[in-house]
Amino acid sequence: MKYILLIYNDNLDEPVPGTEAHGKYFQAYGAFTENLAKSGKMAGGDALEPVSTATSVRVRNGKTVTTDGPFAETKEQLGGFYIVDAENLDEAIEWAAKIPTAEFGTIEVRPLMVFDNM
Amino acid sequence: MADRTPTPAHRAVETVIREEWGRVLATLVGLVRDFTLAEDALQDAVLIAVDTWDRRGIPENPRAWLVQTARHKAIDRLRRGVTFEAKRNELKVLAELDAATYVEPTYDEDIQDERLRLIFTCCHPALSDEARVALTLRTLGGLTTGEITRAFLVPEPTMAQRLVRAQRKIKKAGIPYRVPPPALWPERLDSVLAVLYLIFNEGHTATSGENVTRPDLCREALRLTENLVLLATEEPEIRGLLALMLFHEARRATRTDASGALVALEDQDRGSWRQALISRGDEVIQKALKQSAPHPGRYQIQAAISGLHATAPTFAATDWEEILMLYGRLHKLQPSPIVRLNAIAAASFRYGPEAALNSLGELAIETDLANYQPYHATLADLLRRAGRLSEAREAYRTAISVTDNLAERQFLERRLATLTEAA
Repeated sequence: MKYILLIYNDNLDEPVPGTEAHGKYFQAYGAFTENLAKSGKMAGGDALEPVSTATSVRVRNGKTVTTDGPFAETKEQLGGFYIVDAENLDEAIEWAAKIPTAEFGTIEVRPLMVFDNM
Repeated sequence: MADRTPTPAHRAVETVIREEWGRVLATLVGLVRDFTLAEDALQDAVLIAVDTWDRRGIPENPRAWLVQTARHKAIDRLRRGVTFEAKRNELKVLAELDAATYVEPTYDEDIQDERLRLIFTCCHPALSDEARVALTLRTLGGLTTGEITRAFLVPEPTMAQRLVRAQRKIKKAGIPYRVPPPALWPERLDSVLAVLYLIFNEGHTATSGENVTRPDLCREALRLTENLVLLATEEPEIRGLLALMLFHEARRATRTDASGALVALEDQDRGSWRQALISRGDEVIQKALKQSAPHPGRYQIQAAISGLHATAPTFAATDWEEILMLYGRLHKLQPSPIVRLNAIAAASFRYGPEAALNSLGELAIETDLANYQPYHATLADLLRRAGRLSEAREAYRTAISVTDNLAERQFLERRLATLTEAA
C-alpha cells in the first residue's frame, strides 16, 4: 500500500541554517532518505521551499484568484513529503517516526487513493 | 421475522446465536480480513440459522455451522462483487477461501488467538478512543449497536456511524490484523487494557435502564485478559487488571438483591463470595506487585484495594489505613474526582463521617461536581451516617434525580425511605 508521509513543522522549531545542529539535521535527512531508498520502499519524496515562497490559487466563478501564502495560516506548515510503499499502516508509521522532523513536528500518514477500475 | 410470536425454541435459537456471535465473528475476520464483509456474511448466515434451526432444531455444533455457512456466504458476496471492489488482494482472499479446507479449530487456543489479534486491531492507536471501544464491544462482545449506544449515552445513528467509520479506516488506512511485535507493546497494551476493563464493567454493572448484568461479557473480558497474561507474562499491569476483574467477579452475586437493587458493601453476605476467584485474584496481584515493585501501575493499585475488601473477613475488619494509603498512590497516577470520592468514603470508615464531610466540602470547592452522581450519592450517605437527617434527605433526593441506573436508584430510594420513616 502506498502512503504519503506529509512533514509538518513550525519553522521556528527547526535548527537554524549554518549552525552545527542544522548540519546534523541535514545529515539525518540524508541518512533517512538513503535508508528508505535502499529498502526499495521509496516511491517518491521531496523537500519543499519554505512557506514564504507559497502561492495559493483558487478559481471561483470562472475567475482565477491568486494570493500570496499557503492555503491556510497554521503554526505548523508543510515542509516536505515522502511516498512509501509499505506493507501496512504500522510499517508506514515506523518510517514516519524515523523522519528527523518527527521529533519536534508532526508527520501525517495518509494512504494514497486506489481507484477500482471496472 | 417481526410477525412471529417468539416460541421457546425461537428464543433458544436467539440465545445460542448471541452467545456464539463474538467467537464466530473473530474467526471470520481472520479468514476474510475485512470487518464489514465478515459481519455481512455472518448476518446472512444468522438469517438462515434463525429460519432452519427453528424448524429442524439447533445443530450439535452451532459455532461450526455458523462459521461454515458464513464462509460460504462470504464467498458468494465476493463473487457477486457485493463489496463493489474487485481489488487484487480481495481476489487473493477469495482464492484462499475457496482453496482452504476449513477445519473447525479443536483447540481453544486458536480461537483465543483470533480474538487477541482482533482486540489489538480494534484497539489500534490510529483509531479514536470511542471507535476502539465501540469496535471491540461490537466484534468481541457481540453487543448490538443499541446496547453500545445505551452504554455510552450517544444517539444510535451516531454510534452506527462511528462503527462504520472505524471499520472503513481499518481497511482504507491498512491497519494490520495482528498482535503487534513486542517493541510496540507499551503503547498498544494500555489501550487494550482500558477497552477490556470497559467491556468487563459493561457486563458487571448495568449502565442505565435494566438491572441485569451480562455475565457472558464478564467471562469474555476475563478470558481475554487471562490470555493476555500468558502472552505477556512480563507485564504486571495485565495481571493487575485480571486480579481486579477477579475480585469484582467473586462478589458479583451479592452486589444486587433479589429485586435487583444494589446492596452496600457492608451489607453483602461475604459467605456467598466465590473464594476460588478471590484466591486466584490474590495470587495474581501478589505476583504483579512483586514484578512491578516499587512502582505498581494503576490497575495493580486498584486490584490491591479491591483485594483488601475481598479478603477482609468482615466489613469492620477491613484494613482502612492500607486502603487509604493505596488511594493516595492511585491519586498520584490518576488524579480524578472518583478516586478522591472513593478515598473520602474509605476515610469515613477510619475517621468518621464528619471528618469525611469536611474533605468532601474541600473537594466540592476545587471541582465542579454539581452534576456528578457519585458526589451526591457519597454526600447523602455521609450526611445520613453523621445524623444530619434533613440534609441527608435532600441530598438523597438530588442523587436520585441524577441517577439513571435503575439498580442504583432503587438503592438510593430505599435509603431515603428509611430516613423518612425514622423522621
